[in-house]
Amino acid sequence: MVETLAAPTQSRRRVWRRSPLTVAGLALIAILALTALSAPLLAPADPLKQVLSSRLDPPSAEHWLGTDQLGRDILSRMIYGSRISLLIGVVVVGLAASVGTFVGLVAGYTGGWLDEALMRLTDVFFAFPALILAMAISGALGPSLTNAMIAIAVVSWPVYARLVRAQVLSLREREFVEAARSLGASGERVVWQHILPNTLAPLLVQASFDMGGAILSAAGLSFIGFGTQPPTAEWGVMISEGRNYIATHSWLSLFPGLAILLTVAAFNLIGDGLRDALDPRLRGTG
Amino acid sequence: MTLLSYLFRRLVGFLAVMIGISIITFGLSHLVPADPAVVAMGDHASNEQIEAFREKYGLNKPVPEQYWIYVTNLLQGDLGISLRTRRPVAEDLRNFFPATFELSLTALILSILIGIPAGVISATARNRLPDHIVRIASLIGGSVPIFWLGLILIGFFYGRLGWLPGGARIDSFIPPPPEVTGLFTVDSLLAGDYKALWSSLHHLFLPALALGYFSTAIIARMMRSSMLEVLNNQYVLAARAKGLNQRTVVWRHAARNALIPTVTTIGVTFGSLLSGAVLTETIFSWPGLGRYATYSATSLDFPAVMGVTLLAALVYTLTNLVVDLGYQWLDPRIRHG
Repeated sequence: MVETLAAPTQSRRRVWRRSPLTVAGLALIAILALTALSAPLLAPADPLKQVLSSRLDPPSAEHWLGTDQLGRDILSRMIYGSRISLLIGVVVVGLAASVGTFVGLVAGYTGGWLDEALMRLTDVFFAFPALILAMAISGALGPSLTNAMIAIAVVSWPVYARLVRAQVLSLREREFVEAARSLGASGERVVWQHILPNTLAPLLVQASFDMGGAILSAAGLSFIGFGTQPPTAEWGVMISEGRNYIATHSWLSLFPGLAILLTVAAFNLIGDGLRDALDPRLRGTG
Repeated sequence: MTLLSYLFRRLVGFLAVMIGISIITFGLSHLVPADPAVVAMGDHASNEQIEAFREKYGLNKPVPEQYWIYVTNLLQGDLGISLRTRRPVAEDLRNFFPATFELSLTALILSILIGIPAGVISATARNRLPDHIVRIASLIGGSVPIFWLGLILIGFFYGRLGWLPGGARIDSFIPPPPEVTGLFTVDSLLAGDYKALWSSLHHLFLPALALGYFSTAIIARMMRSSMLEVLNNQYVLAARAKGLNQRTVVWRHAARNALIPTVTTIGVTFGSLLSGAVLTETIFSWPGLGRYATYSATSLDFPAVMGVTLLAALVYTLTNLVVDLGYQWLDPRIRHG
C-alpha cells in the first residue's frame, strides 16, 4: 500500500530529474495556453488601437515591449498573437493527424492495392518541399488564416498516414488482435478498439513536434503575405511589419520572433521528452 | 536484389511520383477561382484573344483532355507564360535557378562543415559543457523562424556594424562575372576576377548562415545520436584496446560509421533548404526562385508558381534518389528490400 502511494510522487520526481527540459517545455506551453485563454484580462491595451502620438516608442514602464509604427502596444499584440499561434497548432495538427490516421488505418488494415495506392499518394506529397506547396495552395485558395491552416494540414498529413500504417502492420499480427478477431470482433471493431489505441503513443510524439512545425510554417506564410492578414495581431505579421525598422527599432520584430522561438522550442522539448519516455533506448541521445 | 533491379524500381517509383506531382499542380491551378484565360490575357484583351488562349491551352476541353495537354506541354518544356514577367516560365526558372542553387548549396556545405564536427564533439563530451552548448544551439536551430533570424542578422551585421551586406548577390558597383554556370562564386573564379569572388562570398555569407542553421541543427543532432550508438560498439572498444589515440578512434573509426545515417538526414534537409530559400531570399533580396515564387504568388501568377513548385519537387525527389544510392554505396551491407 505504502509503495503504491509513494510510486507516483517518486516517478514524478524522476521525470523532473531526468528531463528537466521536458518539464520546462510543458511549463512554457501551460503559460502560453493560460495567456491565450485570458488575453483580454492580461493585455494592457487594445491590440488594434493606434496611438499615432506614441509611434515607435522603445520599451518603457508604460509599454513594456514598446510600440510599433502605428503606436500599437506590442505586448498586447503579442498576448493576442498567442491565441492565433496555439489555434494554428491545434487545428493543423488535429486536421493532419485525423486525416493521416484514417488513411494509415485503412491502408495498413486492408492492405493490397488500396494500401499501395494510398502509400504512393503519400510519396507524392513527400516530394514537395512543404512551404512551397503550402504557398501554392494558400495562393490558389486566397491568402487568409483559414486557408493557410488548410494548406499546412494538406502538406502535413502524410507523415501520420505512414506512421499509423507501420504501426498497424506490426499490430495486425499481434496475439491480442488475433484473439479479438477469433472472438468474433468485426474488422471495424478491431481497428477502432484494439489497433487505434495502440498507435496513439508515437502519434503523440509526432504531433508535439508538428505543433511547433505548424506554428513556424504559418508564421512564415504570414510573413510573406499568405497567412493571417494585417492588422490582425499575429506573430508572423508582426515580424513582417517590423521588417523595415530592424536596424533602428529592433523591438518591433525582436519580441514576436522570440515568442515563436520559445513556443516552438517548448513543443520540440515535449516531443523529445515523450519520445525518450516511449523508447528508453533513445534516452539522452537526441 | 541487385543494384540494377533496385535502380529500375526506384526509377519507376520516381516516374509515378512525377505523374502524381503533375496531377496535384494541375489540380491546384484549377482551384484558382478566376478564369485563367482572362487573368492571363489581362483586362484589355479582346474576346478573340481570350478564345485563342483557351484553344492553345485546351481550357475549353474536358478536364482529362486538359490534363493531357498540360502534361504534353510540360514534357516539351512549356510551362506557360509568366503573367508578371511576360516571359516563358521555363526561361525564368533557368534564369533564377542558379542563384537559389548557389545559396542552398553554400548553406548545405556550411551546415555539413559545422554540423558534423559539432555532433562528434557533443557525443564525445557527453553531458559536459561542449555537449550542452551544441544541444542548446541545435534546439534553437530547430525552433527559430528562419525569416526572423535573417532579419536579426541583417539588423546586426549590416544595420549596426556595417560589416556585411544586407542583400543582393554582388555589390552594385562590381560587374557580375561572365556567365558560365550562373553561380557567381564559380564564374568569378573561372574568370579570375577575385574582386567579384570576394564580393559574392561576402553577399552569400549571411543568407547562407540563416538558411543553413536549421539543417546544421538537424545534422548535429543526428550525428550526435549516431555517434553515441557507434561509440559503444565492439570495434571501437577494440580500437581503443589496441592503444590507438582518442583522435584516431573518434574520427577514423567511429565518425566514419556514424556518418551513414547522417547522410540520409542531409538528403532530407535539402527539402527544408528549398522551402527555407523562399523566406531567406525574400528577406535578403536574393534574386532566386524563392523570391520569384513569392512575387509570382502575390500577383496571382499561377503558371510561375506551379513552375517553381514542379521544379522544387523534381529537385527534391532527385536529391533523395541520389542520397539513397549514396547510402547503398557508403554501406554495402544495406540491401534494399
